[in-house]
Amino acid sequence: MNSDNMIHFDRVNKRYPGGFEALADVSFQLQRAEMAFLTGHSGAGKSTLLKLIMLMERPNKGQIFVGGQNLERFPRRQIPYFRRHIGVVFQNHQLLFDRTVFDNVALPLEIAGVTPKEIGRRVRASLDKVGLLKKEKVKPITLSGGEQQRVGIARAVVNKPSVLLADEPTGNLDPELSEEIMQLFQQFNQVGVTVLVATHDLALVKQMRHRVLRLDHGQLIV
Amino acid sequence: MASVKDRNGREASYDNSQRRAAPNPDTGPKGASAGLQYSGLEAYFGHHRQSAGSSLLRLLRSPFSSLLTWLVIAVALALPMGLTVMLDNVSGLTENLEGSSKITIYMKLTEDDQNALQLSQQIAQRQDVDSVEFISRHEALEEFKELSGWGDVLAYLDNNPLPSVIVVQPAEHVDSAGKVAGLTEKLESLSGVDNVQVDLQWVQRLNALFAVLKRVVIALAALFGVAVILIIGNTIRLAIENRRDEIIVVKLVGGTDPYVRRPFLYTGFWYGFIGAALAWCLVNISLLWIANPVNQLAALYYSRFNLHGLSFADTFLLMLFGGFLGIAGAWIAVKRHLDDIEPQ
Repeated sequence: MNSDNMIHFDRVNKRYPGGFEALADVSFQLQRAEMAFLTGHSGAGKSTLLKLIMLMERPNKGQIFVGGQNLERFPRRQIPYFRRHIGVVFQNHQLLFDRTVFDNVALPLEIAGVTPKEIGRRVRASLDKVGLLKKEKVKPITLSGGEQQRVGIARAVVNKPSVLLADEPTGNLDPELSEEIMQLFQQFNQVGVTVLVATHDLALVKQMRHRVLRLDHGQLIV
Repeated sequence: MASVKDRNGREASYDNSQRRAAPNPDTGPKGASAGLQYSGLEAYFGHHRQSAGSSLLRLLRSPFSSLLTWLVIAVALALPMGLTVMLDNVSGLTENLEGSSKITIYMKLTEDDQNALQLSQQIAQRQDVDSVEFISRHEALEEFKELSGWGDVLAYLDNNPLPSVIVVQPAEHVDSAGKVAGLTEKLESLSGVDNVQVDLQWVQRLNALFAVLKRVVIALAALFGVAVILIIGNTIRLAIENRRDEIIVVKLVGGTDPYVRRPFLYTGFWYGFIGAALAWCLVNISLLWIANPVNQLAALYYSRFNLHGLSFADTFLLMLFGGFLGIAGAWIAVKRHLDDIEPQ
């Protein structure tokens, strides 16, 4: 195994109870600081693949390595500490609407026990990066869809994760906003973050010129 | 399985069978340095403090529904608490009664009133006797006629069948059943005395009744304690349902199970703690309300009896106990509902 791999799938199978095979014999490697797209029709297994990396699901067969760490038999109690190294962006942003933009982005730092002063500094740096520094005091509900997604990205990167995963981050956005979001991911990739974006926006993927992993009915088409 | 400090020195232990413990975290522009991250212990207590504060604030932000829950808990706790205070007061009363029992001496029929009167004067001199009352054979007969309604029957008797009687009021320092028994024994040994009776039996019966009542109160307290646990458990269950989205997000960005549980456990604590404080208020208001009639009653018995409520220490213990019941209820809810919530 090459130690420069950030994510390594080795003949991974995932079958859900009821017999549906979400992933079949999937193998690939993603290098440190590499950026890649994960494409395929809906139900092809994109979300399942991301969930396996985050330990939200476990494979039935095969092995997964993240940062050289074998996820097989990873103790359940350690999963939270593992997740603090992975930033995730969701299609529906998963923001908390009863607190401000600042508090939403600060959440991962509070959980990790960062001091309030440092939280302030890092949250603002993160919001600045996504261009929402002026909106820190508002509630996410007052923001547009694109802005909400950027808050989600700010939260995903505020912990300075080594891996950034995104599941259909532009699913609800118009093409212009989608491109902006993708540019953001690219910027994070340029400072060394490994980025894996699941999307079915093929036009955008083509434009970005990164590696593409295509899933078809649970199988990886190389 | 090895324990690994990650770059920020925070608690992290990974299965370290592989070369690296975690994804390389050094890809960020600059790693966090000392002073920016709390130590594990600081973060732990910091979150405790923060959970305690924010959960109380959250309860106060919806004052009406919180007050309703608090009152339900207060009523459930006030009942056993009030009964305990009442029992405590009344059993203190009977301890006084044991000492203040009168001793009745029945003289032999062969002794005439003159001898009995002399004896009563001797007894009155004793250190352990407060006062005596002498009832002559004649007086006894008159009293019997008056009170029994059998007066006519006595006319058929040749002579007075009633002995002279000396009623002894023990001194104030003879204040326990044991001391009264000692005095009784001495009085029995005096010449001319036929029989000595202490009016203690009813006090003993009363004490036995209190022993039963105490058990009943303990059983009631246990039942109401369980009720409080269930009430709080159910309230916390609803709170967990309401904050389901938040719980999922927190778990997604690396919140541990104890971290997620903590605010709910504190919510349970506040329900129980403040509920117990309200129960204390209810009990004391009730005590104030009945104090006047009780004092009047006591005055009629020439008693200096005074109602007393819960002491400061007892009150504090009670509130802690309420808090403990709250945590127990919250723990059940958290174990049954919170740990199951996993991001899908």
